[in-house]
Amino acid sequence: MENFTPYTALIGGALIGLAATVLLLMNGRIAGVSGILNGIFKSSRGDAAWRVWFLIGLIIGGGLYIMFFPPAFEPRTGFPLALLVIAGVLVGFGARLGSGCTSGHGVCGLARLSGRSLVATGVFLTTGMLTVFFVTRHVSGV
Amino acid sequence: MKAQVAALFAGLLFGLGLVVSQMINPDKIIGFLNVTGDWDPSLALVLVAAVTMSFLGLRLAARRTRPIVSDKFQIPSRRDLDGRLIIGAAIFGIGWGLAGYCPGPALAALTVGTWEPVVFLGAMFLGSLLCRFFESRFPQKAPKI
Repeated sequence: MENFTPYTALIGGALIGLAATVLLLMNGRIAGVSGILNGIFKSSRGDAAWRVWFLIGLIIGGGLYIMFFPPAFEPRTGFPLALLVIAGVLVGFGARLGSGCTSGHGVCGLARLSGRSLVATGVFLTTGMLTVFFVTRHVSGV
Repeated sequence: MKAQVAALFAGLLFGLGLVVSQMINPDKIIGFLNVTGDWDPSLALVLVAAVTMSFLGLRLAARRTRPIVSDKFQIPSRRDLDGRLIIGAAIFGIGWGLAGYCPGPALAALTVGTWEPVVFLGAMFLGSLLCRFFESRFPQKAPKI
């Protein structure tokens, strides 16, 4: 467990929860990234603007921190492109079909004690672990 | 206008949290999912802290009749467990485990300086379109609430 980073995990997690709280108290919305993203294309015009601004904030928030504190990790190189594309398609398809991703089900859903989100989180954690066991660890050498 | 500023601020905090917790590093995600190997439990602590904070936020929201800069709270109300939820989550988990990215971190990692998040997000958009096509071919029956 030499890669375990408990303090930054707790501080970062608290910031994510704070972000979800701000969005809920101010805008009355759930901070589920895939839902916010998918909603841009199917919602009415008046409902798209806050979504776009949230996502811009998400990108800039990450970028500002990286600018001042370059990431403590070396960006991964040589990861198979085909695997990255397949992974992206599956995540996009699954998040939409399953009505949420790690933030919507995993963070906001569990906080609301939603049974649907608890089941979804349990399922994606399980298939994620199985995928790493059978495929990913043989590819990326973890 | 106020709603957009609030959303921008929430997004900034969210992106900051994802970078500080290193969830934008796909090796951290795979390290967490790799339970039989050199396990990295960091993601579990991120989740615990984020859920605890959100839970407190929900308690604050429960005291209000409406949000501060919007008309109403829009919180999912479905309670039924259907096949789409479970199959969707299963497919999502496979993709998540394959590359170590999910939607939020991929967006927050756009400025890291590799092409991975860009490629991933493009493919994710394609996957979402495929699902929309699937949903239009096989419309969902009204959910039992």
